[in-house]
Amino acid sequence: MTFTLNEEQNLLKDAARDFCREQAPVTRFRKMRDDKKNGRDPELWAEMAAMGWAGILVPEEFGGAGLGYVGLGVVLEQSGRTLAASPLLSTAMIGASALLLGGTDAQKQEWLPKIAAGECIVAFAVDENAHHAPGKSGLKVAGGKVSGVKKYVADGHIADLFIVAGADGLYLVKADAAGVSKRELITVDSRGAADVTFENAPGEALTGGAELVQKVLDRAAIGLAAEMIGQAQEAFEITSEYLKTRKQFGQVIGGFQALQHRAAKMFTDMELTRSCVMAALDALDRDAKDVSEYASLAKARAADTLHLVTNEFVQMHGGIGMTDVHDAGLYLKRARVAEALYGGAAYHRDRYAKLLGF
Amino acid sequence: MSEDLEQFRAETRAWLEANCPQSMRSTFTSEDDIVWGGKNAKFSNPDAKLWLDRMGERGWTAPMWPKQYGGGGLSNAENAVLQSELKRINARPPLYSFGLWMLGPVLLEYANEEQKLEHLPKIVRGEIRWCQGYSEPGAGSDLAGLQTKCEDKGDHWLINGQKVWTSYANYADWCFCLVRTDTSVKHEGISFVLIDMTTPGVETRPIKLISGSSPFCETFFTDVKVPKERMVGRLNGGWEIAKRLLQYERTNISGFGSGARTDVVDIARDNVGLDESGRLEDTDLRARIAEHKMFERAYALSVQRATEEAKAGANVSHMASMFKVAGATLNIERCELMVEAAGSRAFGWSGEGFAPDELAVTRGWLRSKGNSIEGGTTEVNLNVVAKRVLGLRDTQ
Repeated sequence: MTFTLNEEQNLLKDAARDFCREQAPVTRFRKMRDDKKNGRDPELWAEMAAMGWAGILVPEEFGGAGLGYVGLGVVLEQSGRTLAASPLLSTAMIGASALLLGGTDAQKQEWLPKIAAGECIVAFAVDENAHHAPGKSGLKVAGGKVSGVKKYVADGHIADLFIVAGADGLYLVKADAAGVSKRELITVDSRGAADVTFENAPGEALTGGAELVQKVLDRAAIGLAAEMIGQAQEAFEITSEYLKTRKQFGQVIGGFQALQHRAAKMFTDMELTRSCVMAALDALDRDAKDVSEYASLAKARAADTLHLVTNEFVQMHGGIGMTDVHDAGLYLKRARVAEALYGGAAYHRDRYAKLLGF
Repeated sequence: MSEDLEQFRAETRAWLEANCPQSMRSTFTSEDDIVWGGKNAKFSNPDAKLWLDRMGERGWTAPMWPKQYGGGGLSNAENAVLQSELKRINARPPLYSFGLWMLGPVLLEYANEEQKLEHLPKIVRGEIRWCQGYSEPGAGSDLAGLQTKCEDKGDHWLINGQKVWTSYANYADWCFCLVRTDTSVKHEGISFVLIDMTTPGVETRPIKLISGSSPFCETFFTDVKVPKERMVGRLNGGWEIAKRLLQYERTNISGFGSGARTDVVDIARDNVGLDESGRLEDTDLRARIAEHKMFERAYALSVQRATEEAKAGANVSHMASMFKVAGATLNIERCELMVEAAGSRAFGWSGEGFAPDELAVTRGWLRSKGNSIEGGTTEVNLNVVAKRVLGLRDTQ
């Protein structure tokens, strides 16, 4: 195991940081929201694809960069910092890894080059109720036709291709196929989503059964945790700066011990969670046996940490933190969605306990 | 390079195979198995003495200290190999020692050559047991308010005062001690001296804790004469050394963890019971244990990350306070969960009605309450993180 980035990963991180600050700052996200685009920013996705990020996991033979999960993780973290609205997680992480793990040669040949080029947006259709419960899927598959209802599919409203999860496997269904209908959801985090109904829609099975479902869910959880640690870091840094500048009672509020201790606890929590996220990404690259443990560890801790940090983001800013003109609310809204997506802290603690045998 | 390391691994494995007694290849079963060394060292088993002597002779109780001071002279990479080989055979640490963990590192940094040659080899071999004279009745969290007086009497120092919370002072041979050498200033009037505990005028008195044990003492100094050459660093330069030593101590306490060594999950399985699908029947407790297990893993991964970053040359010393807070919180939480999981089996104090493991849970829980106090309270360490790491101050 290693926590140290290699030269390639460091370059990727620097490039991602610069790009997100200059090309995809929070002001861009805010404009997208104000223009009521509900998560749509195709120009941004095209720019990200031009940076090579859509194909970070995709091997060179299929037109990608083949840089691995740690590489993609550092980019997801940077994009999380500025709330960049893109299908990077659903497409570059979940879509690419599902095809790499479970695709036939023909399926890989058909989809991976398009994914790497940014020409195909993938969405992962998992949940069927208000809570994440992939083991209880009621998806029906017969004779190459898929039927069922999927709720709150992230990036589902802009997807070209669905990866549909059943209890016993994953299926590829084109978004424009017969029998697929979508209802776009206008969401609190301004990223958008869709409820998707499949009625005897033509679906191709990926290889790997229920085990593949778990593997892809692990990757979704770890990728999202990487995005979340970026959000938490940014929210914390903005808050910490505010504590050093805001004056009340004739002094900066960062001098008050009640706030200092809360800030120090947040910092500690973030550092511990960061180690979990780094270890989880590294476990994917090592193809470690206990990836599922790391996935639940990283996602549960990221959820708890981000929950705390975004609440303090608002509280420590006082009244200004409650206003729409401040960014705190944008982070708070995205945080709650990200916390729940692919399983919240309670779900992953339960899963972790099961994996540890109690 | 890696070939050399492989060679080193082979030699290390062979040496350990030949020199680590079989009975030392198992986890401690009680506190009595721990070897603290010193002139009055106690060994629960003759193999423990043999194991200490052999490791001390080789300098492997302090693998990375320079050879001229009795250390092993190993590089980072070689030490990593040694540690992995020790772990492979589940070897017990041959020596627990404040000299190794706290004093040695600051002597290497601040002491003069004579002092290093005199004290370091004896620490490595476990011949001298050290205690720490820091806190005083009026100087706890505000340690720099210490008043133990040290006067210059020409050919010696004369020391008068009282220390408290001196760990195992009643067993120690020597004490590293903070004393006041200038009363007109606070931090800049403190010096760091080494005191032989057999000097006339030194007296110790054990303090009984809520756990029933007495790991700490009050230590009294009455007209204690200390030779001039026993001051480390410059006159009135002790605070810098004290702070550095606290960093070592904090890292150490946080990683040490007092309390019973049984796993909380095992206790819960035995006393709470499992449902038909193998889950703990108390779902609320189960969720909290799972959260705790994640905290434990996150902490271990973070220690590993900080170690890796330190090896790569990053300065991680400022993180000691963060690890102290997290480590203390973790251990206290673990002990509370063990008591809760054990139910009434954790309410024994002594006698045949309770198993030794169960009594250890109870005593360990009570002892753990000190983890967020000793070596700097959680509150003081949070101050350090806020000020030194985050840069939050009264005025900017």
